[in-house]
Amino acid sequence: MTAAIQFVIDVLSLGGAYALMALGLVIVYGILRLVNFAYGELIMVAGYSLYLLDGSPLPWLVMAAVAVLAAIATGILTDYVAFRPVRAKSVTAVLITSFAFSTLLQNAALLFISPRPRNVPVPDVFSDTVQIAGAITPVRNVLTIVAAAAMLSIFALVMKRTMLGIAMRAAATQFTMARMLGVPANLVISTAFAISGLMAGVVALFWLGRSGTVVPGIGLEPLLVAFIATVIGGMRSLQGAVLGGFVLAFIDTGLNYSLPQNLLQFRDAFTFSLVILILLWRPEGLMRGPASGQRT
Amino acid sequence: MLERRTWLTLLLLLLPIALLVLAVEQLGVRVLERIAINLCISLALVVGLQVFMGNSGILSFAHIGFMGVGAYASAVFSIPARMKGMALPDLYGVVAGLELSPYLAIALGGLVAAAVAALVSYPLMRLSDAAAVITSFALLVVLHTIMLHWSQVTNGPRTLFGLPKVTDLHLAAATAAGAVVLAVLFKESRTGVLLRASRDDETAAAAIGAGIPQLRWRAFVLSALIAGVAGGLWGHFITSFSPKAFYLKETFVVLGMLVIGGTSTVSGAVFGCFLVTFAFEGLRSVESALNRAQIFTEQVVGLTEVALALAMIGILILRPGGLFATTEIGAVWPFRSIPTKGAARPAPSTSTRKASS
Repeated sequence: MTAAIQFVIDVLSLGGAYALMALGLVIVYGILRLVNFAYGELIMVAGYSLYLLDGSPLPWLVMAAVAVLAAIATGILTDYVAFRPVRAKSVTAVLITSFAFSTLLQNAALLFISPRPRNVPVPDVFSDTVQIAGAITPVRNVLTIVAAAAMLSIFALVMKRTMLGIAMRAAATQFTMARMLGVPANLVISTAFAISGLMAGVVALFWLGRSGTVVPGIGLEPLLVAFIATVIGGMRSLQGAVLGGFVLAFIDTGLNYSLPQNLLQFRDAFTFSLVILILLWRPEGLMRGPASGQRT
Repeated sequence: MLERRTWLTLLLLLLPIALLVLAVEQLGVRVLERIAINLCISLALVVGLQVFMGNSGILSFAHIGFMGVGAYASAVFSIPARMKGMALPDLYGVVAGLELSPYLAIALGGLVAAAVAALVSYPLMRLSDAAAVITSFALLVVLHTIMLHWSQVTNGPRTLFGLPKVTDLHLAAATAAGAVVLAVLFKESRTGVLLRASRDDETAAAAIGAGIPQLRWRAFVLSALIAGVAGGLWGHFITSFSPKAFYLKETFVVLGMLVIGGTSTVSGAVFGCFLVTFAFEGLRSVESALNRAQIFTEQVVGLTEVALALAMIGILILRPGGLFATTEIGAVWPFRSIPTKGAARPAPSTSTRKASS
């Protein structure tokens, strides 16, 4: 029983973080049909913002807010540097510019800060543990679940009820038609990048909280996670991204619990092979998005 | 039968490789020879990537993974039996006593890479657009994870050593030239033409009967074969390497070379590779000069990558197709105007009709 509760908490906290990551990727993909390879670097930027603020007298929450803002700003910058100039030209071009932008940010961090890990400030409460129905778990996990639940509910509300959310969903369904009806294309796209930055920034706080350090290559793992989760869930559907995040967390945690020690180091290879199998079974992912829509 | 301009393209693409070999041999500087060998290996890699990416129009990240497969497979076959006890103590019995000629091992490395590619890629070739790109990315991660942890064969994350050094400039240049010839022939072959049709319009190509997954698969296997041979060649040049040599950084460099030159043409692959290699060597010497002068407190790293990234973004904004966007060098203006037996220069429309018939 305790083990089961432990398992559920693990899946939910990991899945919450994965779901937010995936959502940040899909919100851009849904509208542009383009993958943002520089997405992981948003986490890196948030991390280095925390590192640079370390030692200042500000309370942690303010530092965290600044870090999230930096991630949002970088998200919007990605749009201006890597997407807007080549968006209309070719899919491959944009994929490569975003990959190049990711390398640019990483190597800028190498060049201007350091290739070695840097410490980021982590609040004390992150490292405490708490007992829930017999299962001992870090408070960080519980906080991740709470934060993910809050972000997902707010996000759902915004997408359903506000003018902006409706415009964004319209743009994701039929971009050309939405533009004809007066939805400003560039504004919607920039907003999508900003939301993407917000998600990555919030996840970054918890992601960095695990190790307490930031390195230039930190963005790769979250990027892969977001990729895989969106591919499992369905590249076109926001609900699919969330579902995919939780499914991936379930697979990961399940393999963690069940694989023997000598196979555990191959966990990533197992996970990705499972993903390829899921894709063979359902090339569209678990949830189909809106049926229409040419790339714009 | 190949057209005249295709012959011209082949000639003009093999010329720089020959010139490079001649120049390096005349100068006889060891550093230059090392750079030239690296250039030839990169050339084979980039041209190999072009075979798949250029003809199918699908971005593939897995290419460097197959280079790694080729390098490790050839290493397992060629490391001398007495070295294997040290380099790979846990190697399986059957291959542990095996000691093939390094040249044969390099060729086998290419075949192993092609076989792996043939097995894993078949189902993936149904996917297009972003899904295809993401799965190729996942494939790179899978290959990397396996190289990192399959200690019996790869020595795990540690450096694998003991490969005999057999790659010299002639072998590398010959391989690069071979890759260029294969790429040009493939592009003009029936499979290549159909595949390019599917790149330009998937629906229309399928409607005239192109079996797109099958076509893509052929290109992918050929591309992996070239990458595997290049990997084996590189392994027998550098003689010791670890799995991190076959990951994102190298992927980025190879992709950068191809994109700057032009994805759709073999000429683009060749000239992009030359251009980026020269620029890289220049920047690298700046970097090491800065480090030697100790102007900054910490080592300067990443300058070359920053420059390459900026160049890639710049090229894609200004010339999305790269330097050679659609036309091979043999069909570019100064060569096209060569009169053929008293006939006037063919109008562009005639030449397109000829190409499609």
